Amino acid sequence: MEHPVDGPRFDHRQHIPGTTIFDGRMAMRGYALNKMCYSFNRKENREAFVADEEAYMEKYGLNEAQKQAVRERDVLAMIAAGGNIYYLAKLAGIFRLSVQDLGAMQTGMTVEEFKRKLLEAGKG
Amino acid sequence: MARILGGISTSHIPAVGNAIANNLQDDPYWKPFFDGYPPIHAWLAEHRPDVVINIYNDHGLGFFLDQMPTFAIGAAHEYRNEDEGWGIPQLDPFPGFPELSWHIIESMVADEFDITSCQELPVDHGFVVPMQLFWPGAPHNPDMPRAIPVSANTVQHPIPTLRRALNFGRALRKAVLGWPEDIKVVVLGTGGLSHQLDGERAGFINPEFDRYCLEHIVHDPDRLTRITRMELVEKAGAQGTEFLMWMMMRGALGDNVREVTRNYHIPISNTASGTLLLECIE
Ligand SMILES: [Fe+2]
Repeated sequence: MEHPVDGPRFDHRQHIPGTTIFDGRMAMRGYALNKMCYSFNRKENREAFVADEEAYMEKYGLNEAQKQAVRERDVLAMIAAGGNIYYLAKLAGIFRLSVQDLGAMQTGMTVEEFKRKLLEAGKG
Repeated sequence: MARILGGISTSHIPAVGNAIANNLQDDPYWKPFFDGYPPIHAWLAEHRPDVVINIYNDHGLGFFLDQMPTFAIGAAHEYRNEDEGWGIPQLDPFPGFPELSWHIIESMVADEFDITSCQELPVDHGFVVPMQLFWPGAPHNPDMPRAIPVSANTVQHPIPTLRRALNFGRALRKAVLGWPEDIKVVVLGTGGLSHQLDGERAGFINPEFDRYCLEHIVHDPDRLTRITRMELVEKAGAQGTEFLMWMMMRGALGDNVREVTRNYHIPISNTASGTLLLECIE
């Protein structure tokens, strides 16, 4: 575990499998989507979204890729479109999806398989 | 003069709030997690701190990406636990200590830490779950200290380095020790340990790395400052970067500490959960 001190060698582009580094580039791309999801902290906004998803997405200026990802409840596509998981979790809450449901959706497992994988990690 | 009694770190998984609301402490899934806390309750009952500095990371309640402070300190009379959007029970407001907050802000900015001061700051599960774990019934536990929230950005990169986090804690210590009244302070570091919620690697947990961090944070935290931020993402998971809060807490405790108790359990929700109580040796 000998590594140089963090500093000028910091590299955003270093590739970590299955992981999107949410940096300025992604923050710019996902701003509208994340702003919409942030609004879901308030109950009246959650209700407005449920009442008319398309109108709500339009109001926040989501682009087509973001809208399509939301329509399809496709978490990986939301992340690719700039979504940040902390805000997306608020959208998931509207659909009553837990972080374990989200984990299963993103890894292509059933929720039971995903939970079993976590339990196995504790036995290692 | 103010004293820092010690520091307590813990995971702050939102599901814990629901487990407490539903009295699941003895449920087989939850028991190995909740069993970590009675030794901490005993220590708090013995030492009765007057103030708790709660170092946590906001998850999109207090701050949005429009204005994202790297380090924020609450300076309010009270902190409201507002709706986060997914139905965990909301608690009553936590009483603050704005005079001490401003003293800390003055001292830290003089020490060249550029602080965002917050006269209003809604607090999320990162702040309230640890309070519930340490002071059951919070904020209505009769021993509940007055609170000062400190939030560090782990929502978007660039996040602070581990070295900056540790040095932040050291400057915080200097600030607190400069407060003239005889008060007893405990510092919390909340979040972690390894976990990842997003991407194809969701569910990633790394016990080997967690144990390395737990091992060295007690007596050699400077060693951990060699870990780069990208290495932290890689080894602890995208949300395991919350370990920065543990580093901030550790910096506030001075060089000499005694480990009182620790617990480590996998999994709670998607997370490797950990708690650690370090007592300062004067
Ligand atoms: Fe967290």
